[in-house]
Amino acid sequence: MAQINGKPAPEADGQTVAELLEGMGYDRTRVACELNGEILPRAEYDAYRLAADDALEVVRFVGGG
Amino acid sequence: MAGEKNAPEPARFAHEELPDHPDALEQRIGREARGRLRAARIGVAGAGGLGSNIAVMLARSGVGELVIADFDVVDESNLNRQHYFRHDLGRPKVEALADQLEAIGSGTRVQAHRARVTAGNAREFFGGCDVVCEAFDDPEAKALLAEQLLTVAGGPVLVSGNGMAGLAPADTIVTRRVGRRFYLCGDGVSDVGAGEVLFAPRVVLCAAQQALLALRIVLGIEDAPASSTAET
Repeated sequence: MAQINGKPAPEADGQTVAELLEGMGYDRTRVACELNGEILPRAEYDAYRLAADDALEVVRFVGGG
Repeated sequence: MAGEKNAPEPARFAHEELPDHPDALEQRIGREARGRLRAARIGVAGAGGLGSNIAVMLARSGVGELVIADFDVVDESNLNRQHYFRHDLGRPKVEALADQLEAIGSGTRVQAHRARVTAGNAREFFGGCDVVCEAFDDPEAKALLAEQLLTVAGGPVLVSGNGMAGLAPADTIVTRRVGRRFYLCGDGVSDVGAGEVLFAPRVVLCAAQQALLALRIVLGIEDAPASSTAET
């Protein structure tokens, strides 16, 4: 099954990245997603479906600088 | 008067001797390390609390060139944490900061862009840097820069500031590597958008971690792609 932020996530298999982010409460305009070690362009969030051997890391940015 | 003849040379003339003698930094860290710093081009994306402090630290450290972008002017509300002064109020931040870096006098060249960083200009401004310290306050701008710089091969190492508001203990601010060319400095959770307030100490702690990491990368201490041309 797919790994999300380092943990097995059975519910993620077959979901698009956009669906997964929404389900986990992330705002897609404030994250960077690293799929198998590479940053995934945001234009691909709606089309890319997570496969069992995928590892996705979601970096959530917070305000302040 | 006899005393005047023995007075030391005025300090302002000292820099004229630099071309013939190793500078003070080179005497301490050696020619090779000094050369690496001099050859480095580091981006500072945003010149607020993080960016102004990062730029000052990198200039003091002898970095050869800084590329700084910010659209804003200095406001009174910035003075509790940003490296500006009351006499800077109303000035574009990139101009006020460039003057400070010049005054430090370490020879750092400054490429200043008074502009908002967008998908249309991010790579143009920062694509040629070895390392970019992301120092925006807006989380959407942070995410945009990560996407722009990290989805192309051969781009810079990105060091993002992420979470430094409030008054939590210093050791909650940490540096973490999240990708081959991607690091985060901060606590990852404190959020100005959630009503937390920025104070100078934690902003400077985060800025110092970003500046330190940039130096470690440039000097080859950190195992990261040290040059934008060194990878494919």
